[in-house]
Amino acid sequence: MMQISIIGGGVAGLCVARVLRDRGADVLVVDRHDGIGPHACSWWAGGMLAPFCEGESAEEPVVRLGQEAADWWQVKTDAVNRCGTLVVSPARDKAELSRFGRRTSHFETVSGAEVEALEPDLAGRFNTGLFFKDEAHLSPRLALGRLRDGLVADGVTFKTEDADPKLYTREGLTVDCRGFAARDTINDLRGVKGEILILSCKDVVLNRPVRLLHPRIPLYVVPRGDGIFMLGATMIESSQKTHVTARSLLELLSAAYALNPAFGEAEVLEIGVDARPAFPDNLPRIRRDGNLICANGLFRHGFLLAPAMARMVAEMIFDNTKPEMMDETSA
Amino acid sequence: MRDFYGTTLKNGLMLGTAQYPSPAIMVEAFKRSAACVATVSLRRESGNDRAGQDFWAIIRDLGVHVLPNTAGCHSVKEAVTTAHMAREVFGTKWIKLEVIGEEDTLQPDVFGLVEAARILTDDGFQVFPYTTEDLVVAGKLLDAGCEVLMPWGAPIGSGLGLNNPYGLKSMRAHFPDVPLVIDAGLGLPSQAAQAMEMGFDAVLLNTAVAKAGDPAAMAEAFAGAVHAGHLAAAADPMEPRDMAAPSTPVLGKAFLL
Repeated sequence: MMQISIIGGGVAGLCVARVLRDRGADVLVVDRHDGIGPHACSWWAGGMLAPFCEGESAEEPVVRLGQEAADWWQVKTDAVNRCGTLVVSPARDKAELSRFGRRTSHFETVSGAEVEALEPDLAGRFNTGLFFKDEAHLSPRLALGRLRDGLVADGVTFKTEDADPKLYTREGLTVDCRGFAARDTINDLRGVKGEILILSCKDVVLNRPVRLLHPRIPLYVVPRGDGIFMLGATMIESSQKTHVTARSLLELLSAAYALNPAFGEAEVLEIGVDARPAFPDNLPRIRRDGNLICANGLFRHGFLLAPAMARMVAEMIFDNTKPEMMDETSA
Repeated sequence: MRDFYGTTLKNGLMLGTAQYPSPAIMVEAFKRSAACVATVSLRRESGNDRAGQDFWAIIRDLGVHVLPNTAGCHSVKEAVTTAHMAREVFGTKWIKLEVIGEEDTLQPDVFGLVEAARILTDDGFQVFPYTTEDLVVAGKLLDAGCEVLMPWGAPIGSGLGLNNPYGLKSMRAHFPDVPLVIDAGLGLPSQAAQAMEMGFDAVLLNTAVAKAGDPAAMAEAFAGAVHAGHLAAAADPMEPRDMAAPSTPVLGKAFLL
């Protein structure tokens, strides 16, 4: 049985572990923290499995590879909600909606009445929208928890250690899935700061992620059930991952208030911040140097692209294929 | 090309670095347009602990003149603090000075602008003020030590083009020797060409390129327009007139009664 160590237990590490285990490897997952939690970028993710919406600004591979995600997560975690995505804009920013429509596919344009039928709590607020019916979402913490439990049940070992992936290569094949923490060895990796809020608001019910377009402050709200909502997310060219600014909170909350003023009464449960790991083209990379494989750069597409990236890592190891996400800087 | 604080630029295209789908696409836009100035806005939060340095390194590697920007500053104090941070980060005296006075139109607060310009020029900065086409404000900015002026075409990010051609023409006529850059509001290359035909020395834009479906192609289109407008202005365009003037002589031509 092939022994493989995975360094990093966030969404990338756990997905790689799952696929490698499924293909029969003896897998060890090493993370500097015990268990999943706020130290991982994926803890704060939106969990939107929205490949078509992402096409607005992301390149083609994100749209194509992201379509694997919903089925994968459903099979592995049974945590997927397939309710689509609704995209709306305030009346004065209608140009943003038509721009969004031009850049994306697999949606239907819906009227105000149809917006209301999909989301009764947005009644009368938007006279048009875009509905991406094939998209899905999940609760990141639930999905990561189930993924980890499943791995433990299948005999994968978890170890808490601030590991240097290079040292582990002496034991055998090692996959570095540390996200931004791998910045020390990956020179072209950068951090893109994201700030999010988790609110409790019993007065609003949403059935699916809603994206509110705005030229300055785009926002998405993802319902987590039981009146809990995740609001995201800022995108700042910064690797700073400890401070949330008042300006960001103001922008997120103003946008939520524009979606439905009832959010003004919401209770703020959590404020989150982290740095998304990204390469210059904001696409993921798989690189290999002997026994060391790096899988990184999931940017804002952790849950969307980790299944495809994990599949490619496994195909490289077991089938000797060259993954499309492998670039020329690989040794 | 005109002299900007002692630097002669090889063309009149200045590009912003925000809002691109990715840094790689931004780099491509600079390559294809040969834009020679990159503006970059600093968030105070990333300036403080140099957390933005990976992105700034990409901008430095463009190999163009970097013009840091006090974008989003609403007060003199904020703008001055940001300018100092920018000088430290990018090692340049150049600063594009924005003091925003109106939240909806992002119109400059020209009173704060003049005050901040004076403070910064006294401190050794070379200030590129984002202003309106107002001639009195322009004069006060020059008095404050500015040697370049950047009047708006239209509100930032609006893509409306040159909203007040009369005002801009009169600004050009009043300050024939001052480098003038149309900053903000351009949406299409034809509008950039129009600005250059009017005798402006450069245009600065960001959203029109960054938010285009193909930013690099749009950057190249703007570069072509800027070049065309610059050539046209230097070639002394004809005056428009009301009556037709045939371009081939009619004298002696046979005609039927």
